[in-house]
Amino acid sequence: MIGGHRNHPLWLAFALHRVSGLLLSLFLPAHFLVLGLAIDGAEDLDGFLVLTENPVVKLAEFGLVFLLAVHMFGGLRLLALEFLAWSPRQKTYAAASLAGGFFIACGFLLSAGA
Amino acid sequence: MVSGPDGSNSDTHEPPGEMIAVSLWRGQGSSGGLVRYDVPVRDNQTILDIVTHIQRNIDSTLSYRFACRVGMCGSCAMTVNGVPRWTCRTHAGQFTKNGRLTVEPLRNMPIIKDLVADMAPFFDKWQKAEGRFQGKDSRTDDVEPVRPDSPERKTADAGIECINCAICYAACDVVAWNPDYLGPAALNRAWTLMNDIRDTAGGERLRAVSAGDGCHNCHSHQSCMTFCPNDLNPTAAIAGLKRMAVRAVLKGEL
Repeated sequence: MIGGHRNHPLWLAFALHRVSGLLLSLFLPAHFLVLGLAIDGAEDLDGFLVLTENPVVKLAEFGLVFLLAVHMFGGLRLLALEFLAWSPRQKTYAAASLAGGFFIACGFLLSAGA
Repeated sequence: MVSGPDGSNSDTHEPPGEMIAVSLWRGQGSSGGLVRYDVPVRDNQTILDIVTHIQRNIDSTLSYRFACRVGMCGSCAMTVNGVPRWTCRTHAGQFTKNGRLTVEPLRNMPIIKDLVADMAPFFDKWQKAEGRFQGKDSRTDDVEPVRPDSPERKTADAGIECINCAICYAACDVVAWNPDYLGPAALNRAWTLMNDIRDTAGGERLRAVSAGDGCHNCHSHQSCMTFCPNDLNPTAAIAGLKRMAVRAVLKGEL
């Protein structure tokens, strides 16, 4: 699927934005379901949140924060592309979006592990 | 030794040298497939030279399109190793991998025969995007001055060197996903006209390009900009049309 005319950084930036958006939309129902546990009292929710101490769940949270951050920065990049004067540094902005997402996700992982 | 117009040598006693295995798409309409031809390697050989060699020396029934051979006319665009290219300005050595090369017709357009794509849908969209200049002056009026350093002229200048090769159209995935999308070339043309101070059809054109299959479909993959052989930037033109449409909506003009 990725090759030929799609083999350039800005198409890959689009793909990352699209895939991160799709994965976040899959996460959202689970997110609301867990929040919904609080309706019946704090114990249910706290009981579930104990799982977040598990290192595997911590790693999954790192992935989630990365998806959120990279999707946000990718969205800001597109807004800038469409609403500001054209800049020839599009590849730089795409790389910065990826780096920003990774930086925030790593920051989360370090603070969660502390 | 005399070189033929396709770069081949007329000296038939020359021993066979290094060869390129060229997989060429052959067929009519949507039915067909890749056929292999072995073509001798030459110095400074272009993809168009290779296709011409096959047509003149191996199979004269091969159909392809070209005219100027110097990157001016935009006729000879084809898909080379999966990438849309102007074949007269693409050196074979740049794309040959392990002695192999694949040449196919452009994507996103119906195939007439072999390497010839039907460009009619591509040019129909130029009409749908109101890509025609409409002036207010007649031939008896004086020529209206356009200052070369005005912002509008500079913006139009950035997009007017389009040679209608359809490489951007073939590279665009949005055209593949929505065959009615006007595409980068037609929208780039519309953008240059929107910045032509002599043109009087801006309102109709903005309505045409911001309608359902217009500029707002663009996902900003920027493949059009990446592959344009003339280094034009249709993505920037489309972004400009989007901004213009938003401004018109806010002012209640659209």
